[in-house]
Amino acid sequence: MESKKAQKKVGAEKLQRIIEMCIAIENHTVDPFLLNVDDVIKVVQKYFPQWEKSEELNLDSEAICHLASVVKLQSEWVKHRSTSLYTDPFLLEGKLMQATKDEIVSIFLRAWHPVVELEQLSLHSIAEALRYWKRLLPLKERWPELFVSEVAIGTTSRDEMLRQRVLSNKVFSEEIESFWRELKEKIKEKGAEGKMRYWDFIGADTYEKTVERAFLASFLITYGYATLEIIPLEEEVFVKPFEKPLAKIGTQQPISIPIAVTCEDWQKWKRGELD
Amino acid sequence: MRKKKKGIYASKMKRATHMLFFRSHQKPGVKGWELQRALGADYPKVLEVMNDYLRSLDLQIKTVYEEEKTPAGKPTLEELNRARFYVTLQGELTPKESKMIGWRIDDLAGLAVAISYIISKRGQAPRRDVEEVLGEKLPSWKVGINMDRYIRYGYLQDDENDQLYLNWRTRAEVDEQALIDLLLRSEVQATLPSAADGEKDKADE
Repeated sequence: MESKKAQKKVGAEKLQRIIEMCIAIENHTVDPFLLNVDDVIKVVQKYFPQWEKSEELNLDSEAICHLASVVKLQSEWVKHRSTSLYTDPFLLEGKLMQATKDEIVSIFLRAWHPVVELEQLSLHSIAEALRYWKRLLPLKERWPELFVSEVAIGTTSRDEMLRQRVLSNKVFSEEIESFWRELKEKIKEKGAEGKMRYWDFIGADTYEKTVERAFLASFLITYGYATLEIIPLEEEVFVKPFEKPLAKIGTQQPISIPIAVTCEDWQKWKRGELD
Repeated sequence: MRKKKKGIYASKMKRATHMLFFRSHQKPGVKGWELQRALGADYPKVLEVMNDYLRSLDLQIKTVYEEEKTPAGKPTLEELNRARFYVTLQGELTPKESKMIGWRIDDLAGLAVAISYIISKRGQAPRRDVEEVLGEKLPSWKVGINMDRYIRYGYLQDDENDQLYLNWRTRAEVDEQALIDLLLRSEVQATLPSAADGEKDKADE
């Protein structure tokens, strides 16, 4: 009994070391070929029958998952070596170190074709801007001073604040989760290919409710519960939920997609004219 | 009939010129689907005719395919729709001209080294390593500023693990294969005209 426990401990430590090594390779601090995949698989196989608890099995699957990433990196490395862009990094580094600034610039200028852009005001845009300026109301009229009548300090209840919509009766994360579940259910009922039209999801009986749903949908996407699928030529936007929320938010540069939810669009959607 | 067709192409070319030369997004260039919406499905033909005109001005239309996947044969309309089109210089700038468009020799050399180094490391390198290479010949206070500038301009991008990658502007402007070939073939023989020496002296001051 005692020896089994000790063996398990050794196995867990080995898996932990394998995971650490794989992470170092994934972060490009270690050469992917330093890891002998066959040996690692033998280790994983050896200890697998002993795992019983969920955390032990999790550790095992984590090791396999990282190992798969390393195999992918090894395959990418082989693919790259077979392409014409492959160069020995040490040779290139040596060349870069030997060359003077002038030489490097001279070489770079032969391979550099900068993007050409124009910046110019046209007569039409100046005339348009002047027309806008003429129509623009003075700040005093656009932002009138708020006359707030003075009231005595009093007390309020949570119910009153809920009624005034200062507070929500749900924690925001719960609200997002239930909205996500609603999306998945709606797609089962009305969606196709695991997605549905954005407007069919956010659209509600009132414009106010529609805006609220659009607001929640934006968080659903930002927090990795769902994604948008955009077909630019047809100008169609679909919303597609993920089975599990994406854990790695922020690994790629985020993209903002503005979607106007105007009252006119809502009216069109209600009439079934928003195609 | 033929005249009418020519007129249509001429007006489409004007529209394409406006779209390609004037920036309408955060990044320069236009996506293929935007061109299709504005010019119609025959926009590749319009760009081809326009490219012929531009060549005489030492300019060209550069197509950058999505995820750097340049099609092996003739690209399909779908591949073109997902690609991004830019107008770039066709020929080469002289060192004097590069200075005129705002690049100091140190900064340009730093950019060349950073790009080449990342290519040699299969498109990804830790920022620390790139800074170390640049730090061999540039003062350390300048290395950080330069790296941030290359990222801001869109030549490089970094992630939360401080790994550097090539970004959209490098793909649009730099002939990576030519750069590596030239570097490997160089026998440290190419030297710049005296204009650069003058600048270097000034920089050293």
